[in-house]
Amino acid sequence: MDTQLDLWEVFIQKKDGSEHAHAGSVHASDSKMALQNARDIYTRRNEGTSIWVVPSNYITASNPEDAQMLFDPSTEKVYRHPTFYVVPAGAKQI
Amino acid sequence: MNTTETKSSFQDKLDQDLCIEPKDTMPDEYRKHLIRQISQHAHSEVIGMQPEGNWITRAPSLRAKQILLAKIQDEGGHGLYLYSTAETLGISREEMIEQLHTGKAKYSNIFNYPALTWADIGAIGWLVDGAAIVNQVSLQKTSYGPYARAMVRICKEESFHQRQGYEIMTNMMKGTKEQQEMAQDAMNRWWWPSLMMFGPHDSDSPHSGNAFVWKIKRKSNDELRQRFIDKTVQQAETIGLTIPDSDLKWNETKNCYDHGEINWEEFRRVVNGNGPCNKQRMTHHIKVHNEGAWVREAAAAYAKANAK
Repeated sequence: MDTQLDLWEVFIQKKDGSEHAHAGSVHASDSKMALQNARDIYTRRNEGTSIWVVPSNYITASNPEDAQMLFDPSTEKVYRHPTFYVVPAGAKQI
Repeated sequence: MNTTETKSSFQDKLDQDLCIEPKDTMPDEYRKHLIRQISQHAHSEVIGMQPEGNWITRAPSLRAKQILLAKIQDEGGHGLYLYSTAETLGISREEMIEQLHTGKAKYSNIFNYPALTWADIGAIGWLVDGAAIVNQVSLQKTSYGPYARAMVRICKEESFHQRQGYEIMTNMMKGTKEQQEMAQDAMNRWWWPSLMMFGPHDSDSPHSGNAFVWKIKRKSNDELRQRFIDKTVQQAETIGLTIPDSDLKWNETKNCYDHGEINWEEFRRVVNGNGPCNKQRMTHHIKVHNEGAWVREAAAAYAKANAK
């Protein structure tokens, strides 16, 4: 029986100290193969210092149709940004 | 891997100023130090919600209430970033909360003081968050990667906290004589505890030695305290507030302010559980934690039922 194996999502840490960011996906039969394939496919040009692989079916994503409901309310909350506040003339380093 | 090897790969990374990540080998003492520090930091964010939460229903305007709610929500979020950072070191959330409740883990001493008036909300945002920012900015360069990244995120979000506090103080200083007195009274009560937030003097700081060797700590308690004083004095003067320290004066030679004696006896008394609000803070946290148990049980039961 032919198989394309399971889908895994790949996260790469680009340089020391940075967070792991999503790079793409690979097909593999287990985590060891997934790491190996991710290394071969996504870091051929010195692009990474660390790799995470996660089975794709373990990722729960938000629904695009819900984007408005999820994210729009925060645009109204301008007071969460420091630029909302007027600093009195002369006050420094705040 | 043997101990010598662990030490050398760990030391190599530190020497090159590289970050230590969760899967790197690290000495047990480094791990323990970080767990203690990061969990204490997380607990501080969460306990810090209490003195401010006290004023949500009494905020003087809808605008002020929205801002205060947003700030307190941020503190809760910051606590969660930090708990998950500590979890990368192998301690569970349950253990951390247990350590808080039994007194094995501490939280910042500043939150054992009460927020008595609306001006205290101004003083907390301006002075307490201001002091926390000075400390956290320096921790953005700490050697443990997940902690450093959490600090970057927190500092970015925290910049509004200090400004909203300063705005409250500014407005009160433009108000009636009573309002001005209220602002000065809050300043008088929060100034010294804010200076104590940086911890004991360098000559008397029990945890600092290894923290510097391991590059967890990048600036000393006294250096950070000095930085905070130097930037805050000018902000106080600008809006007409007086720093409650008769020994405070500009030192031309050192190019910074000299300040009066900090009352370390009071610091030790409050750290050891005898501050104005120690019991109240912990009783409240334990009560709310226990009252929330049914929510966690219900969520687990629901997940279990749906898995079948």
